[in-house]
Amino acid sequence: MDLFEYQGRDLFERHGLPVLGGGVAETPQEARAIAERLGGKVVVKAQVKVGGRGKAGGVKLADGADEAEARATDILGMDIKGHTVHKVMLAETADIKEEYYFSYLLDRANRTFLCIASVAGGMEIETVAEEQPDRVAKIAIDASKGVDEAKAREIVAAAQYPAEVSEQIVDIAVKLWQAFVAEDATLVEVNPLAKVGDGRVLLLDAKITLDENAAFRHPDHEALVDQSAVDPLEQAAKAKNLNYVKLDGEVGIIGNGAGLVMSTLDVVAYAGEAHGGVKPANFLDIGGGASAQVMANGLEIVLGDPAVKSVFVNVFGGITACDAVANGIIQALALLNERGETVTKPLVVRLDGNNAEEGRAILDSANNPLVERVDTMDGAAARAAELAAAGK
Amino acid sequence: MAIWLTKESKVIVQGITGSEGSKHTKRMLAAGTNVVGGVNPRKAGTTVDFDGVSLPVFATVAEAIKETGADVSVIFVPPAFTKAAVVEAIDAEIPLAVVITEGVPVQDSAAFWALNVERGQKTRIIGPNCPGIASPGASNAGIIPADITPAGRIGLVSKSGTLTYQLMYELRDFGFSTAVGIGGDPIIGTTHIDALKAFQDDPDTDAIVMIGEIGGDAEERAAEFIKANVTKPVVGYIAGFTAPPGKTMGHAGAIISGSAGTADAKKAALEAAGVKVGKTPSETARLMREVMS
Repeated sequence: MDLFEYQGRDLFERHGLPVLGGGVAETPQEARAIAERLGGKVVVKAQVKVGGRGKAGGVKLADGADEAEARATDILGMDIKGHTVHKVMLAETADIKEEYYFSYLLDRANRTFLCIASVAGGMEIETVAEEQPDRVAKIAIDASKGVDEAKAREIVAAAQYPAEVSEQIVDIAVKLWQAFVAEDATLVEVNPLAKVGDGRVLLLDAKITLDENAAFRHPDHEALVDQSAVDPLEQAAKAKNLNYVKLDGEVGIIGNGAGLVMSTLDVVAYAGEAHGGVKPANFLDIGGGASAQVMANGLEIVLGDPAVKSVFVNVFGGITACDAVANGIIQALALLNERGETVTKPLVVRLDGNNAEEGRAILDSANNPLVERVDTMDGAAARAAELAAAGK
Repeated sequence: MAIWLTKESKVIVQGITGSEGSKHTKRMLAAGTNVVGGVNPRKAGTTVDFDGVSLPVFATVAEAIKETGADVSVIFVPPAFTKAAVVEAIDAEIPLAVVITEGVPVQDSAAFWALNVERGQKTRIIGPNCPGIASPGASNAGIIPADITPAGRIGLVSKSGTLTYQLMYELRDFGFSTAVGIGGDPIIGTTHIDALKAFQDDPDTDAIVMIGEIGGDAEERAAEFIKANVTKPVVGYIAGFTAPPGKTMGHAGAIISGSAGTADAKKAALEAAGVKVGKTPSETARLMREVMS
C-alpha cells in the first residue's frame, strides 16, 4: 500500500524524525483553519499518488489564511494525470539551502534491503543516476543487522553529504531505518531531504510503501487506506476475502492461482483482438482449495460489474476440486435468480485437473443454457471473447 | 534421479497438526513420499495417524532430524509464525526447507534469508508462497498434485502453482524429472537460476520449462544465466502481459513498478538468450513438444 505524502509526514513525526508542521484538508475551509494554526506562509500541496504534481500546478505557496483557502479551492478537484485531488496538505515553508536524496527500499535481486543516498535531491533519482552516476550511492543493508550508528556513518560517507550536516543525517538514517522496520515498509523515500536556513536538516517529502502481508501486526494501517480510491467492487470482493482487481474490459475472469489468472487475462486479450478488441474486465483468483461457496461469491462479484458481457471461469484443479467449482457455479446462478437478480450473461467454463470429469458431468447435467463448457483454455478464451463482443 | 528431492528423501512437516499441514501430509503420503514425522512443540511426544500410518510429533526440527534422519522439512505454519519456523529449520541445518505459507511479511523473509546466508547456506529454502517441489514417481514435498504426470525427462521451474500444474498436464505424455514451484513473493529462497543450474547438471533432465511472471527482474537475470551456462533447451512462459502497472496481481511480488518488471521486457530478455517463449501455456507446451520429439 502506497501512502499519501501527509500520511508519510505524520508517520515520520511519530517516529521522531524532523519534519515541518502540517495538516491535511479536504475543503478550503479546513485548509484555512490549518493555515491559521501554522501561521505565516504555507505551501499547499495536492495529495495524489503520482509524480509531477508541481508541474501540473498542484503545489502553490500562500501567504496567510485567505490565500491558503484560495489556493486550496484551486487545487482541490484538480485532475493530475488521471488522479482527482481530494485532499491537500498544508505545510510550513522552509528556506531551503540544499536538497539531498535518501531512501530505503527492498532489493529483490539481492534478497535484502538497499539504501540509496545522494547529495543531488529535489529531482527524480533515476535521472540523477543516469546523468551523474557518481553522485548516487547505493549501500546494501544486512537485514539481520539493520542500520546502527556505524552503518549510518558508512552511508553518510558513501553519499558524501557535507560535513556540516553529517551528524544530523546519521541520526536521521538510524531513526528512518527504525521506522522502516517498525512499520513493515518496503520503501521510504525522502526527496528532498533538505538543509534549511537555520542549518537544520528536514524531511520535506515522503513516499512510503507498506507491506500488505504484514497487516496482521499493524491494525492501525487499515486507517491509512484511501477509501475514495477503492473501487466498490474491489471493496466488496475484499470483504469476501477474494483477490480481485478491477480492469477496464468486458470479459469477466475467474480462475484459481495468481499465475493462471494472469495468464488467463493475457489469453483473453489475445483472443479479443479478433473480436472487436474486447478485454478482460477483472483479475479474480479464487485461490487453492476453493469451495462451492467461494466460487459463488466470486461469480456474484464478477456478475455485479455492469461492464461485464461474458464470464470465463478457468480452473485447473490442483487442490481445488473441479466438481466443487461446478457445483459453485450452478448454486451461484440459482442463488442469484432466487434473489431476483436474473443472470443473463453467458458463462464459458473450462475445467481440468482434480475431479475434472465429475465437474464437467455436473455442468452437463445441469444443462443451464447460460453455461457453455469448452475443453481448452485457448478455445474457451476465444469463445468468451466472442460472446462478450456479441453482447456489447 | 531428480533434483533436490528423491525417493530417498525423508520428509518432516512443520505444522503437521494444523488443518493445512494434516491435509497435505495425508496427500504427500498417498503420493508415496517418505514422511517420517512432524513438528509441533505443544504436541511433542504424541503421534498423528494418517490412514493407518502413525507419525511421531517432535518438539523441534533438530530433535526430528536426530530421531528420524529427516533431510527435508515442509512448512505449513501461519504467516505470523513462519519466520520462527524457518529460523528453526536453518538452526537445525536441514538440507531442504519448503515454505508453502502465503502472506509472509517480506521483512521476515529477508531476515531468515540473511540468517541462512550468515550460516553458509546449509539449508536450501524453497518459497515462501509456493506449491513446493515434486519429483514424480519418487517424492512430493508440498501441495503439487501427484497424479498429473508420471516421471519423465523434463524439468520445470515456476513462480506460479497452477501454471505449473497446467504445463505438467499438457506435457504429461513426456513426464517430468522434477517440478519446482519457487513462489511468487518478492524475496524467495530458491531462484529460477538455482533451478536452471541444477537441471543443467542433472543427467536425467533433457529440457527445461521456465515459467515467470511480472515483477522484479529475476527472469532477466535467469536469461543472462541461460546464455552463459545452460546448454539444454529451455522453453519459457511469462504471465501478465496485460497486467496494469502499480497493481499487485495476486502474488505479492507480481507488480509492475513504473516501467520495471513488465512481461515484455522479460520475454525479450529470454528470447535474446535463445529461449523460445510461448504466448500462451498451450503454445509453450507445443514448443516443448517440438524440443522433445
